[in-house]
Amino acid sequence: MSLDKATVRRIATLARIDVQEAELEPLAGELSAILGWIEQLQEVDTSAVAPMTGGTDAALPWRSDVVDDGGQPEKVVANAPDPQDGFFTVPKVVE
Amino acid sequence: MTSLTALTIADARDQLAAGKVSAVELADAHLAAMEKAADLNAFITTTPDVARDRAKASDTRRKKGDVGALDGIPLGIKDLFCTEGVLTTAASHILDGFKPPYESTVTAKLRDAGAVMLGKLNLDEFAMGSATITSYYGPTKNPWKAKGSSVDLVPGGSSGGSAAAVAASLCMGATGTDTGGSIRQPAAFTGIVGVKPTYGRCSRWGIVAFASSLDQAGPMTRTVRDSAIMLQVMCGHDPKDSTSSAHVVPDFEAVLKQGVKGLKIGIPKEYRPDGLNAEVSALWDRGMGWLKEAGAVAVDISLPHTKYALPTYYIVAPAEASSNLARYDGVRFGLREPGKSLDEMYAKTRAAGFGAEVKRRILIGTYVLSAGYYDAYYLKAQKVRALIARDFDQAFEKVDAILTPTAPSAPFGIGERMDDPVAMYLNDVFTVPASLAGIPGASVPAGLTATGLPLGLQVLTKRWDEETLFRVSQVIEDAAAFPRLGAS
Repeated sequence: MSLDKATVRRIATLARIDVQEAELEPLAGELSAILGWIEQLQEVDTSAVAPMTGGTDAALPWRSDVVDDGGQPEKVVANAPDPQDGFFTVPKVVE
Repeated sequence: MTSLTALTIADARDQLAAGKVSAVELADAHLAAMEKAADLNAFITTTPDVARDRAKASDTRRKKGDVGALDGIPLGIKDLFCTEGVLTTAASHILDGFKPPYESTVTAKLRDAGAVMLGKLNLDEFAMGSATITSYYGPTKNPWKAKGSSVDLVPGGSSGGSAAAVAASLCMGATGTDTGGSIRQPAAFTGIVGVKPTYGRCSRWGIVAFASSLDQAGPMTRTVRDSAIMLQVMCGHDPKDSTSSAHVVPDFEAVLKQGVKGLKIGIPKEYRPDGLNAEVSALWDRGMGWLKEAGAVAVDISLPHTKYALPTYYIVAPAEASSNLARYDGVRFGLREPGKSLDEMYAKTRAAGFGAEVKRRILIGTYVLSAGYYDAYYLKAQKVRALIARDFDQAFEKVDAILTPTAPSAPFGIGERMDDPVAMYLNDVFTVPASLAGIPGASVPAGLTATGLPLGLQVLTKRWDEETLFRVSQVIEDAAAFPRLGAS
């Protein structure tokens, strides 16, 4: 499997990582090498195998759907880059 | 009297109890050693004030006769654990200035047991790496050097700061995390003990997430007994992590001297590929010899899907990472790079904040989860993962434990193997299968290469059987008489 520059650009957009034009070609090479190596999985017959979807086969526990924490907006925004009045802020998203 | 920094946790516990030493003296001795060895770059942040405060409080508690299992013991914390009010970086630029308003469950348990935090230890950025060379804060050096050489070696990774600090006696023990070998491989590279417990033993709450179905916390110490003491405190059910188990936690220290008489030890043929390093291969044979002398029986076994473990891991782990690391968006914590639009702010922040290896893994993960490729890569990998887990299940019907080398080589030089990501990934060839299967594993220092560098042996057991893991590890430690750094 070999990735071209256009595909790397598309993945980078999906991942919200700004990639400069000059970085696309080397990245395509590195990612293609990794994917080429991963390709060997295709030779394994998995037709009768159920996927392992987590690190444990234990059933997930249930709990009551009640509020047991909260009411600390100062702590929640304490690490934000530019908090205002207990809110997170972002660049303008509506015109 | 032995130097205070050379004490094991078990020894220090006895001396504290006997009133021969105070927690403040222990903390001061370690803080001084840390300052002297700053050149190793083992710590990202040192916390001398926290350490002295906690040590004083410990000494006060002891006077009242009210002490916890680790009271007064100086520990280092991998900088992947959130620590209340103390900078937590995951060795990434993107978490600049992040001081968590909460404490991870594991470090809270250690703190509540009286442990004294000395500082936050270096690691590969977001725990992605096998050499502690991808940290935004620079590489950590291995305190070991080859005989007659001045070349700086890597301490392994990702818990390389933890490994280097414990090996150099800058702390008595440290927390590590292991996603594909990040406790065991650095333990082997620095001649210390590292234990990755069963997936679900330790709560992941408050540990910066890398690959949630694989991440597990564990202890890194200079002796098997010390790991048993530390793990005892670290594990247990936590309602805040739905995958943390309610399984009863046995008394690990109580089983250490039970020996291995009659135990069946599996030797998997797939872990001896053509061209395996001759010293690693010989050490493995020697290790099995020690276990036989102690009464265990060697059994040849096969784990047929072993060769697919690494490629499986490099789909599953990046996929989960790409999802987990979506939270670093410049809005709620850490770095923010300005942008004209919200999307531009996200993309510029993430471009500036993540290092090359982290970006590579996010991009791979995004690709294998993207429309049209999910079945071919991600679902396929989850199915092969099930086969790898089944290999172990079938093996443990015949054997009580499995013995393998921990890593395919001794530590290498800082700067080597950096051009080819796949070559770097091969460091974890022997540790990744157990991570995928969720079973416990330990690395025990077992010998030196001809050039005097440490090598480790890995012990694996079935899920929830850390007791057998510790028993086998203890026998190896007793037989190996490994020359600890600075002890000779």
